[in-house]
Amino acid sequence: MIKVDPNLCKGCDLCIEVCPQKVYENSSKLNKKGVYLPCPKREKDCTKCHLCELICPDQAITVEDDKMGNEGDESND
Amino acid sequence: MKYLRKDRLPNIFCPGCGNGTILNSFFRGMESEGIDLKEIAMVSGIGCSSRIPGYVKCDSLHTTHGRAISFATGLKVGNPDLNVVVFTGDGDAASIGGNHLIHAARRNINLTVICINNTIYGMTGGQISPTSPEGSIGTTAPYGTRDKPFNLSELVVAAGASYVARWTTIQPLQLSNSIKKALNNPGFSFVEVVSQCPTYFGRKNKLRTPVDMVKSFKENAINKRKADKLIADGKEDELIGKIIVGEFINKKRAEFSDNVCNLSKQQCGEEHATKSAYLSKLEY
Amino acid sequence: MTKELFVQGNEACAHGAIKAGCRFFGGYPITPSTEIAEDLAILLPKHGGSFVQMEDEISAIGAVIGASWSGMKAMTSTSGPGFSLMQENIGYAQITETPLVIVDVQRGSPSTGQPTMAAQGDMMQMRWGSHGDYEPIAISPSSVQEFFDFTVEAFNLSEKYRVPVIIAADEIIGHMREKIIIPHEVEITPRKMPKETPEDFLPFKPTKNHIPEYIPAFGEGYNVHVTGLTHDERGYPDASSPKAHSKLVTRLCDKILKNREKIVATETKFCDDADIIIASYGAPIRSVSAAVSLARDEGLKVGYIKINTPWPFPEKQLEEIAEIANDIVVVEMNLGQMVHEVERIAKDNAKVHFIPKIGGNLHKPEEILSKIKEIKKI
Repeated sequence: MIKVDPNLCKGCDLCIEVCPQKVYENSSKLNKKGVYLPCPKREKDCTKCHLCELICPDQAITVEDDKMGNEGDESND
Repeated sequence: MKYLRKDRLPNIFCPGCGNGTILNSFFRGMESEGIDLKEIAMVSGIGCSSRIPGYVKCDSLHTTHGRAISFATGLKVGNPDLNVVVFTGDGDAASIGGNHLIHAARRNINLTVICINNTIYGMTGGQISPTSPEGSIGTTAPYGTRDKPFNLSELVVAAGASYVARWTTIQPLQLSNSIKKALNNPGFSFVEVVSQCPTYFGRKNKLRTPVDMVKSFKENAINKRKADKLIADGKEDELIGKIIVGEFINKKRAEFSDNVCNLSKQQCGEEHATKSAYLSKLEY
Repeated sequence: MTKELFVQGNEACAHGAIKAGCRFFGGYPITPSTEIAEDLAILLPKHGGSFVQMEDEISAIGAVIGASWSGMKAMTSTSGPGFSLMQENIGYAQITETPLVIVDVQRGSPSTGQPTMAAQGDMMQMRWGSHGDYEPIAISPSSVQEFFDFTVEAFNLSEKYRVPVIIAADEIIGHMREKIIIPHEVEITPRKMPKETPEDFLPFKPTKNHIPEYIPAFGEGYNVHVTGLTHDERGYPDASSPKAHSKLVTRLCDKILKNREKIVATETKFCDDADIIIASYGAPIRSVSAAVSLARDEGLKVGYIKINTPWPFPEKQLEEIAEIANDIVVVEMNLGQMVHEVERIAKDNAKVHFIPKIGGNLHKPEEILSKIKEIKKI
C-alpha cells in the first residue's frame, strides 16, 4: 500500500523520477496548495524497495510492506 | 516520520530541495548502525540545511552562521557520551566557518558532520558560494563566477579527518551507508552531499526542475576509484564537470575528546566530570 | 581547608572558577588575560574538567555555549580584540539564556592598542556590543581577592539569571600580585533539572521572576531545540510574529531590570556627610580610596562609591548619592563611558565631573585630590 500525504507533498516529482518500476505518474489532482500530486498508478509493480520513501524530501510517502512481506529489508544493507 | 516533530511540519524547504532526502538517509544510516535517536544531539549553523535539526525530535543547537562545529566541540567535550551530529551547508562550513571545519578535522574530534553542498546561498536568495562551479550564475555573479571552488572532501582529508565520503542526493542508499560508517567512526567524520537547490541554483543555471538537477547529478557522478584511475592515466581533463563520489578516507586515529578525558583521568585519578553544573558541592 | 596564596589576579580568577564549579574552559591566548587560560590548563584536568584551546575567540565562546548545554559550568577569558570577536555569540547566549562566564581583562584600545597596558575601554561594549536589545551583567573587581570572589559570584549570577556574565577586569588587576584567602567552601548555585516530564516541560517558559529556572542538559531526553531565532516557550522558531518577538525580548530584559536590586552591588565610604562623592570601579578604586583619605586628612568632606556591578547600572544607589552630594566625580580609565550613566541618573541633583585617563597608567591620588580642590575652589 503506497500512501502520499497530500498535506506534505510539494509536487517535486522526484518519486516519479527515481522509481525503478515506474510505479508513479503525474496526476491531474491538485492538493489544497495547488500542487499536482504524484499517483502510484501501477502499484502492483511495486517491489517495496522504498527508494521513493527515501528520496521524498517532504516525508510525504509511506510504502507499507505486505503483512507477510519484507520486514527484514532494513537489515540487508 | 517517527523521528520528526510533527507539530512543525510541513518543513520550510522549497519543493524538491535535497535537505529532506538527506535527512531520510540520515535516519536510515542511523537505524542500520543500531543507534537510537535518544543518543544523538544535533548542532547546526545558519542556512537552509541548518534548519534540519529543528524538525528532529532530539536535543539540538541551532547556532550562529559558520560556528556550528565550535559549539559541537564544546558539547562533545562537555559530555563525550553524546553522539553529536552537525548539519551544515557549503556557505556555513566552507566560507564563514572554514576555519572551524579544518581545526575540527585536525583535532579528529568525534563529530559526524553532514555538509549539504548545494553550491549556492539559498536562504538569502542565490548568491554564489565557495563551492559554486566555475562559470555558474548567482545573483552576486550575474556574469558567471570566475572563482575556483573548494574541493571540500579533499580539503577535510588534508586537514586530518578520519572518515570522509561524498555522494549526491540521487544516491540515497550509498549516502545512508556512508552516514552509518560516519556515525560508527570514533573521530571526525565528514559526509559531503552534493544537493540540489532548484529554486536558486537550478533556475539560474538551466536546470529548471528538481528532476533536471538530480538527473545531472546522475550523469556527472563518477566513482572515486574510476576518477583516481583517470588521474593516474593522465586523463584528468575528463573529470571537468564531474562529481567524484565515494569514500575519500577511512582511517582511524587518536580522538580529541578521548584525549581530554584521559588527561583528566591521569591528573585527578577520577572519571571526567559530566553534568557537574547540577552539583551543589564539588571537591576542590 | 582555607588556603592562603600570593598570586596575580589572573591566577586568582582561575582558582575562583574551579571553586565555583567551572569544569570547562574554551579560549584563545591573548594578552593580558592569557594566564587565566594557562592556569586553567593546569587546574582543570586535576579536577576532572576540560581545557580546550580553540582556533579563535569566536569558536572559544561557541565551545563554551556548547559545553554549557552539555551540563557544565563553562567559561572563557579574553581581552578587547577577542571580546570584539565574541560579540555575535554573546547575543546568541543572551537570546538562548545560556549560563556562562566571560572574563575581559581590558587593555589599551581600540584595535590592537596597548596589549600590556590597563584600560577600561570596553565598558560600553559590554553593554551594547552585540546587536539588539539585551541586558548584560558585568562585575568589576578592584583587587586580587575580589577577582577570586567575583569569579565565584559571576558563575552564581549566570546560573540564577541564565545570562552570560562578564567580569570587567583590567590589566592592573590581572597582573597585580596580592595575598588571597581561598575559603574551604564557597556558596555555589547549582543548575536545576526540570521536574516535569519531557512532554509537559516548556524549556523557555519563565517560572519565577521572568526566569526559566530549569535547564535540562542535552542527553536527558527533553529534546530541547535551542535556537538564536526568536522562539516561543517550547523553543520553536517564531521569527515573523511581532508579538512573539516582543514577548521574548521584553522578558529577556525584564529578567535583569526587574531583578536589578538583587543583582547590583555597591560599596560606599565616607558618603554620609560628603559634599563631593567619587564614583568609580575596578583598578582606579585603589587611587580613589587613597585620594579620599588624603582629602579627609585635609578636612574635606569627600566620600566614594565603588560600583561592583557596572551592569545592570546601580541606578537607585547612584540616585541616593546624587541626593547627598553636590558634586560627583567619576574616575575611570577611558575618555568617558560610565560617566554618561552617572550623568543620566544624577540629572540636576548633583553636578557630574569626570577625570579621564588613557595610556595605561592608573590615576594618581594627587590628580584626584587636585580635581576635588578645583571643585571646592581651594
